Amino acid sequence: MIELIGLTKRYGDAAVVDDVSFTVPARTMTVIVGTSGSGKSTLIRMINRLVEPTSGTVRIDGRDTATVPVHELRRAIGYAIQNHGLFPHRTVAQNIATVPVLLGWDAKRIAARVETLLDLFQLDPKDFAGRYPHELSGGQQQRIGVARALAAEPNILLMDEPFGALDPVIRAKAQEDLKAIQKRLGTTIILVTHDMEEAILLGDRIAVMDGGRLVQHGTPADLLTHPATDFVETLIGTGDRPFRLLSLEAVESAVEPGAADGPAISAGRTQRDALAELIWTGRDALPVTDADGRPLGRVTLAGLIARGGRPS
Amino acid sequence: MAERGARARRLPRAGTLIRFAAFAVLVLFLAMPESFAPVFAPLTTNGAPAIYDRAPLIDLTLAHLGTVAVASLAATVVAVGLAVGVTRPAGADFLPLSRSIVNIGQTFPPVAVLALAVPLFGFGERPTLFALFLYGLLPIFENTLTGLTRLPPAVLDAADGMGMTARQRLLKVELPLALPVILEGVKISTVIGLSTATIGSTVAAKGLGEVIIAGLLSGNMAFVVQGGLVVATLAVLLYDSLGALERRVARRTGRRTG
Repeated sequence: MIELIGLTKRYGDAAVVDDVSFTVPARTMTVIVGTSGSGKSTLIRMINRLVEPTSGTVRIDGRDTATVPVHELRRAIGYAIQNHGLFPHRTVAQNIATVPVLLGWDAKRIAARVETLLDLFQLDPKDFAGRYPHELSGGQQQRIGVARALAAEPNILLMDEPFGALDPVIRAKAQEDLKAIQKRLGTTIILVTHDMEEAILLGDRIAVMDGGRLVQHGTPADLLTHPATDFVETLIGTGDRPFRLLSLEAVESAVEPGAADGPAISAGRTQRDALAELIWTGRDALPVTDADGRPLGRVTLAGLIARGGRPS
Repeated sequence: MAERGARARRLPRAGTLIRFAAFAVLVLFLAMPESFAPVFAPLTTNGAPAIYDRAPLIDLTLAHLGTVAVASLAATVVAVGLAVGVTRPAGADFLPLSRSIVNIGQTFPPVAVLALAVPLFGFGERPTLFALFLYGLLPIFENTLTGLTRLPPAVLDAADGMGMTARQRLLKVELPLALPVILEGVKISTVIGLSTATIGSTVAAKGLGEVIIAGLLSGNMAFVVQGGLVVATLAVLLYDSLGALERRVARRTGRRTG
């Protein structure tokens, strides 16, 4: 669990981050969203003390980070950034091994860990371990950047616009991978982005920053249904709001009894996918099946439309 | 890609061949200068000797290279040390001062430094070493400074974020990445030193300048030309080898120079 308590950073008279407090529960992902200059990067950098707060406290599992030697603190927290920051003079394996080497792991354990991580990110260790970063594609560099951040098995991972430099197709894949890896490893992740779509897709909770202040902190559904300010509403974009709301829930929770014709949709897909399928194929209802293909019931156009409306 | 690689490999081959030939001729000349006498004889008058005979050319060449090596090594250690110092947060205030000192070293002509150094160090190697050392500081200092201040910010941010100490960051990230640029400075400094070292002979330092000066004093063109050619060939070969080393290091860091 990470607690931010009254975090403030001033440069001269200007407060870049102004009295921000929220808590990130263990094993969840919190996404900090804001425009450039909102203080979101400064905020995340205060967690591993790349920026020292002017006032306020960060507690990790109850322990005040200011009492931990700064290098120890950083080695215990994974850190991935935009443009990955891979060391160009080191191979992929050496890059990934950075923190384990700093921590003094033995060579055998490091080699095993590098191999595990490359496998986890679907990069063949035989092919990739010996390559230099400039011999990789942008998407591969990004994956190695995240692998490096996870190398020493940190409980916490900080990510500062990690997908900012990727094209949309690779970005979508990277987001899916991150979600899967977070579920699998149970890492507590704080991710900074300017992209509300990314925040809604990834975040268990979203913290919206504007002008150095925290304007709203809640679940994606909270933000969509009860935006705290006009600014949050603008970020969400009113035009897409129903679809984003539907994208948060699985088809499973919208299943109604009954049957329908035509190809079925899996219960694990999002309600947004189901709605898109209904509109596209001109049907009023879709059969729903579970992961093993057994029929569960159906979703209806009317049911989904009701779910995408403003909650009363 | 394969095609470009093949071409890149073929191109240096011609150059390498010429360099090997030049090196072979140089070694041959230094090993048995007398056999080259017919080549230089047309440059002499009144039956003067065609090949310098007051000291073996090979000894003079080695002494010359030794002087340059010692001076360049000292200049490298001091200049890199200074540049590292003034790029640390604690040393930033000393950047203007260090720049001035290093610039003064470059502004004084080596001849003037030699003249001023003789009363301090006496005649011989030492004033030459001092002049070359001072003269060699600037290119290495400026290049190291450039190398250390133009590193990709994301890489430095990552190094800090991973929990490297300032020392680990310097040794594992900053210096290795700046190495190609630093080496370029060392190359420039060393090659300048190689040619400048010839004037050391005016204050009785052992070196190839002796041959040229003897030729100038006695009006023997053959001496002037052979002394000049040896220094020039050494300079070109040294420049090329240091350049090759620099490119090799640069390739390893995934950067291209030039």
